[in-house]
Amino acid sequence: MLINVKNLKKDFINGEVVTSVLRGVSFDVEKGSFVSIMGPSGSGKSTLMHILSFLDKPTSGDYFFDGRNVKSLSDDELAEMRSKKVGFIFQSFNLLPTLSVLENVVLPLTYTNISSEERNQKARDLLEQVGLSHRLNYSPTKLSGGEKQRVAIARALVNNPEVIFADEPTGNLDSKSGAQVMKILQELNKKGNTIILVTHEKSTAEHAERIIKIKDGNIIEDTKNFCRQEAQEDLNK
Amino acid sequence: MDIFESIKNSWQMITRTKMRSFLTMLGIIIGISAVMIVLSVGESVQDLILDEIRSVGPDLITVLPGSSDESGRPSPTFGVVNTSLKYEDGEAILRSNSPYIYSLAMYLTGSDVISIDSKIKGITFYGTTATYIDVQNAKIEKGRFFTKEEEMDNARVVVLGSKIASEIFGDDDPIGKRVTIKKVNLNVIGVLEEKGSSLIQSQDENLFIPISTAQNILLGVNHINFMRIKVDSIDNIDFAIGHIEDILRDRHNIDILDQDDFIIASTADALETISLITDALKFFLTAVAAISLIVGGFGIMNIMLATVQERTKEIGLRRAIGARKKEIINQFLIEAVTITFISGIIGIIFGSLILALISLVINYLDYNWTLIISPISVLLGGIVSIGIGLVFGITPAKKAAELDPIEALRYE
Repeated sequence: MLINVKNLKKDFINGEVVTSVLRGVSFDVEKGSFVSIMGPSGSGKSTLMHILSFLDKPTSGDYFFDGRNVKSLSDDELAEMRSKKVGFIFQSFNLLPTLSVLENVVLPLTYTNISSEERNQKARDLLEQVGLSHRLNYSPTKLSGGEKQRVAIARALVNNPEVIFADEPTGNLDSKSGAQVMKILQELNKKGNTIILVTHEKSTAEHAERIIKIKDGNIIEDTKNFCRQEAQEDLNK
Repeated sequence: MDIFESIKNSWQMITRTKMRSFLTMLGIIIGISAVMIVLSVGESVQDLILDEIRSVGPDLITVLPGSSDESGRPSPTFGVVNTSLKYEDGEAILRSNSPYIYSLAMYLTGSDVISIDSKIKGITFYGTTATYIDVQNAKIEKGRFFTKEEEMDNARVVVLGSKIASEIFGDDDPIGKRVTIKKVNLNVIGVLEEKGSSLIQSQDENLFIPISTAQNILLGVNHINFMRIKVDSIDNIDFAIGHIEDILRDRHNIDILDQDDFIIASTADALETISLITDALKFFLTAVAAISLIVGGFGIMNIMLATVQERTKEIGLRRAIGARKKEIINQFLIEAVTITFISGIIGIIFGSLILALISLVINYLDYNWTLIISPISVLLGGIVSIGIGLVFGITPAKKAAELDPIEALRYE
């Protein structure tokens, strides 16, 4: 079991007002699975993702990653987990405009001990896989939304993560670019990558093999997705 | 992330916002060059002043009339003419045949106006002894200096400084001609070699007559203004001073506990005192210039804080992909240091250029100015600029590291 969450709770304290965002969620994610976490805004899905991706700590409950309890980790250890275990894909891409496409993809590796030739080689390979090897030295500002998200996917993969977290990856894209991104994610999953997708859109969530629905901080539904959407089909339309 | 990548990133940030970077750097550039200029000019001025004093002769002792009370200054400074020193005092010191005393000259100054080509000119004349040449290292260009006999016998002769000689007589040979001072006609018997301008004394402008002539014929006094004693070696200055003190106290009937009616000063003392004063001035001025560096440092801090604000999202992203707090601190600290270090280098270059310009102008004005750009001030400039980057960069860098990554990622 890659991810094991038990009775996870998260409260935000603002002055004297305590807001419970997660009210005790429990679930497992197996290695190599493709899970969607779906829910309306304010449901707590983003907070859950932040905890799962080591950006935040739960108020109570346990989160085991690869058998390791995250609760006991220090700030630096959490940073190391983010550096080695997870890759991020954001709705707003979060590419650094001052760096080139290649440098953006290399960025996560600059916080590791990998040599710079190796880093560049890795990044080039991944950019080729997402079909952007002709854009290496471009500024991200010159790319279309779909291209930007593909750069971001390459960046998320560059450190060989155990899990890829995709937070509304198609939210800022037109349907065709969105389908392309989803297709890449599905291909990655077929190659054995674990993917956790966070979205509020049912159509996007349906690309996963399992959908966890969240509302008001509770899991209201956790089912296998029998009518899985294949992005390739959308592209063929 | 290694340091070279951070420096490269910093360089990209600096070149991307050129105008802002330049304005940010300006404070440090001005500060570093100001400190450097003040240090170097201070050093040069100190050298200039000390050289002037040394040019008087490091092996000279000056004896002035007047009491050496706490203020230590000779009474003539306050307009009082002190007549306690006499020609016979000098003679007595000479007659004592001290091994420390190489030579002794006495001086009595006066001034007058003379007309050259119907133009009025103020002149200074020195009644002095034949030993003047030895004591002052003066050289005769034409003719001769007056003799011991002339010195004592009210001889009506005069030796001219080179400048005044050419002013009065132009290209004519002045030897054998006459100069009239205080309505007394004096025969020109010699001209001194040019010694060059000096801030303290210029014998080139002066006229020299036997001290008896000055006392008895021109001024009608029987005292002298001061005497200068040349010692055989700088090491013996203190012995010579003691010896002179003994003789003068004896002659003036001064008991051991009484106050002296003369002051003995050596060039070495003066050098020491003036070095002390110029050192203090130098450090004070450097401190003032250093204030501009501090102001520049706050400029850096201000811009770095703004940069952190602007790049909140970047910081969030870097934290998300695995940067530790320490690495964020390093990144912004290196950025600040890169800015201040580049500013420091520009400041050093700028300061050197200004110093070169200053020395050019001063040399043009005919002063013996040495351009001093000490390696230490260059090194110091470099180190200080790095230090400023560290001191003023740490607060913004810490602020960046303390940002909550989730909030930072959401920041628009």
